[in-house]
Amino acid sequence: MSARDDVLAAVRAALGEDRPDLPAVDRSYRDRDPLPAGADLVDLFVERVEDYRAEVTRCAAADLEATVAAALAGAERVVVPDGLDLAVRGAVPDADLTPTGLDAVDAVVTRASLGVAETGTLVLTHGPGEGRRAITLVPDVHVCVLPASGVVRGVTDAVAALDPVRPQTWVSGPSATSDIELDRVEGVHGPRTLHVVLVSDA
Amino acid sequence: MARTFVGMPPFPVAARSALSDTRLRRNLAHATGTIREKRARVVAEVEDWEDLRRQAAAVKDATLARLDEHLLTLEAALTARGATVHWARDAADACAVVADVARAHGVDEVVKVKSMATQEIGLNEALAAQGIAAWETDLAELIVQLGDDLPSHILVPAIHRGRAEVREIFRTRMAAAGRPAPDDLTDDPAALAGAARLHLREKFLRARMAVSGANFAVAETGTLVVVESEGNGRMCLTLPEVLVSVVGIEKVVPTFGDLDLFLRLLPRSSTGERMNPYTSTWTGVTPGDGPQEVHVVLLDNGRTRALADEVARPVLRCIRCSACLNVCPVYERVGGHAYGSVYPGPIGAILNPMLTGVGSDPATDALPYASTLCGACGDVCPVAIDIPGLLVHERVRVVDAHRADPRPKPEALAMRAAAWVLGDSRRMALGERASGLAGRLRTRRAAPGGRGVLGWLPFPGSRWTGARDLPTPPVESFRAWWRRTGRDEGQGRR
Amino acid sequence: MRVAVMATCLGDAMFPEAPRATVRLLRRLGVEVDVPDAQTCCGQPMVNTGYLDEAVPLVRTTVSAFAGYDAVVVPSGSCAGSVRHQHRMVADRADDAALRRGVADLVPRTHELSEFLVDVLGVTDVGASFPHRVTYHPTCHSLRMLRVGDRPLRLLRAVHGIDLVELPRADECCGFGGTFAVKNADTSVAMGSDKARHVRETGAEVLVAGDASCLMHVGGLLSRQRAGVRTMHLAEVLAATADDPAGVG
Repeated sequence: MSARDDVLAAVRAALGEDRPDLPAVDRSYRDRDPLPAGADLVDLFVERVEDYRAEVTRCAAADLEATVAAALAGAERVVVPDGLDLAVRGAVPDADLTPTGLDAVDAVVTRASLGVAETGTLVLTHGPGEGRRAITLVPDVHVCVLPASGVVRGVTDAVAALDPVRPQTWVSGPSATSDIELDRVEGVHGPRTLHVVLVSDA
Repeated sequence: MARTFVGMPPFPVAARSALSDTRLRRNLAHATGTIREKRARVVAEVEDWEDLRRQAAAVKDATLARLDEHLLTLEAALTARGATVHWARDAADACAVVADVARAHGVDEVVKVKSMATQEIGLNEALAAQGIAAWETDLAELIVQLGDDLPSHILVPAIHRGRAEVREIFRTRMAAAGRPAPDDLTDDPAALAGAARLHLREKFLRARMAVSGANFAVAETGTLVVVESEGNGRMCLTLPEVLVSVVGIEKVVPTFGDLDLFLRLLPRSSTGERMNPYTSTWTGVTPGDGPQEVHVVLLDNGRTRALADEVARPVLRCIRCSACLNVCPVYERVGGHAYGSVYPGPIGAILNPMLTGVGSDPATDALPYASTLCGACGDVCPVAIDIPGLLVHERVRVVDAHRADPRPKPEALAMRAAAWVLGDSRRMALGERASGLAGRLRTRRAAPGGRGVLGWLPFPGSRWTGARDLPTPPVESFRAWWRRTGRDEGQGRR
Repeated sequence: MRVAVMATCLGDAMFPEAPRATVRLLRRLGVEVDVPDAQTCCGQPMVNTGYLDEAVPLVRTTVSAFAGYDAVVVPSGSCAGSVRHQHRMVADRADDAALRRGVADLVPRTHELSEFLVDVLGVTDVGASFPHRVTYHPTCHSLRMLRVGDRPLRLLRAVHGIDLVELPRADECCGFGGTFAVKNADTSVAMGSDKARHVRETGAEVLVAGDASCLMHVGGLLSRQRAGVRTMHLAEVLAATADDPAGVG
């Protein structure tokens, strides 16, 4: 018998023929607000992103390019994905850059699909404006643009809104480790600097 | 390299030497104390935490109850999205799949995302035997691998190491594995993490094949999920051309929507954060993004043995968060190596015997006894596994496995004798009269309160009196007092 | 109300002060107390070591000894926990429907001492007097198996003259763990030594807990260290009065 047949047979033997129905999962947790009473959605999001020692700048739509430019201060070569729809000084379009090629740029600018206030998380789904996964990983600085209207309350809302088939990267602050004495250090393999630019809707 | 847990002494013996290692004790107390506090803080933020635990347990239970169906759904979804699905009965099957893929691409090295499943099957050693180097890329795994050491914690495998030890390992061992550590390396954790970044980056950039596990596998869509902190996972999942993920069959959840429980429970339980820095999801092959050849190995390796035991089955809910290790007072004092397995701590004490079976290996049989049954583990488990209850269940299985032994253990004889004496109050009273005579003996010392104490007993009593006094038996048992006087004096009226 | 005291095997044979104090305390509160002579041991040592068959006769004895009482009061969190959470498993093992019914009948009538005082009698001030510096160790089974919460502390706070000081890391296990104490003696002693150190840090004269077994372990360490700290069962402190400071008559 193949390994597949053997594993499935072992599972079936373990479970037997008689399989009583288990109580259904109670999904009422999805109706409860995960945020503290009275909290402002966007303020809380900003606060919780900053808790991870990421930088957050809030700006009006008209000031977006200037704000991104300021966040990129010092970066000379900045990889940008298709569909970013922003003028970036030093932009290097992502035309199948190799990993080594990506390692040679200073920063990356992308948009994100949504933000999660409960956890201070950005979610990228790697479509237009967000780019393939590697470009937000190899460069040392990631400037990520999100409209304030893209902030949802909780993880539950985010999961419900996302398309599972698209690759996703949930980003909560810069890369970090606590592997040495449980002492948190920001910046290991991913971008050591995460700068979130939150664009107000007005 | 390639130290293994095979042949390690049983827990009580291994624990004794761990307890005398002062540096280990200090490292563990500091690390577990830190993470316990972090977890408590972020869990307290979630008002309906207890309900989330119950519902997550319910999702897992319902999934396990129809695991065959969910596995077939998962297989179909993965295949439809361009992944190749393999099945593995055991470690040998799984390791062979990975080695075959590596050979098919002519690679002699792979980069690895930290994964308990690949630790469990001894993948690195199996690949090494085929001339393929497996590079661990998680910082703690790197420390363990470079130090020719063994993991001692599910989340932080090098938790037993302090910063000075890590610096020494990096200084002396990094050069042989690739880019050496900087000459001026200090023991500042940020500097050590920086050295790991440089050392591993050259491996990430040149790697053609990666091996990962998965925290969750969504049956409906074929989506795999890896939860991590450092970005090494993203490097492995994104940069190489070929990705092989070894996934225990219990990792399946029915729908993507179910993740809304686990992505809330896991980070807070595991690293004590609201969310871990990076969570990656991928569904088969995404054209133009990430590995264009994706394999998934569905691993049994004893899981169906646990599945078959209806009482033990909830152990398969485990999402490997390690919260039970961090609160365990036994783990805090002896560390992970004493458990002799990649799964240490309370969960390891039940998982190992369930995966491998009991009754043949004394080290495995000793594991369920490596607990005081204090229950701290069960209280923090994000999927509400009754760990203390299952520890007792496993003890019963160990005892039952030895019931037919031609020569019963002294403990079994003692338990039988005790059951006989305690099975009848008259026999018990006789025993108490005998011990009461012993209680009349004059001892050299008395405890505060006046009771005499014994400071020395012959074996096996010496196991107690080695470090603890024992009061002398009372001259009069409670039972005797009740008969003599207690029954009649000042009876109440309520 | 007919109330039985479960002495527990350890209380009966080694620490009779605890069940004696329980009897005195309950009588002082106007409860009619009985001590069924047929009782022996709840079977917990066997169950927790994995010897289910050996526990069957003990569960039978316990169920029949306490049949017919309105309430069974146990001065031990772990023995009360054994009745409430483990006896069913033993009855299932025996595959004996009558025993299963007996267990189901006993479970709701079984109360750990502090539960009985606070929940059934509705008292927290039991009229005790104990003018000493005391620290309290909440034992694991009362805390996490029975969930007695702060009931023992509420009872202790109401004791006249008591100087109750908080124990650092109070909810951490003392390391006794039944046969763990001898099977894994080194680890048990390491845990107990930390507990004993925390006790000494409080400057308490008396360490109080609701389980004689844990007290035997920590007390054995404190005694070996000549720490000058006395161990007493919760029942003894609650039974103590100005006239009867030892609480045991």
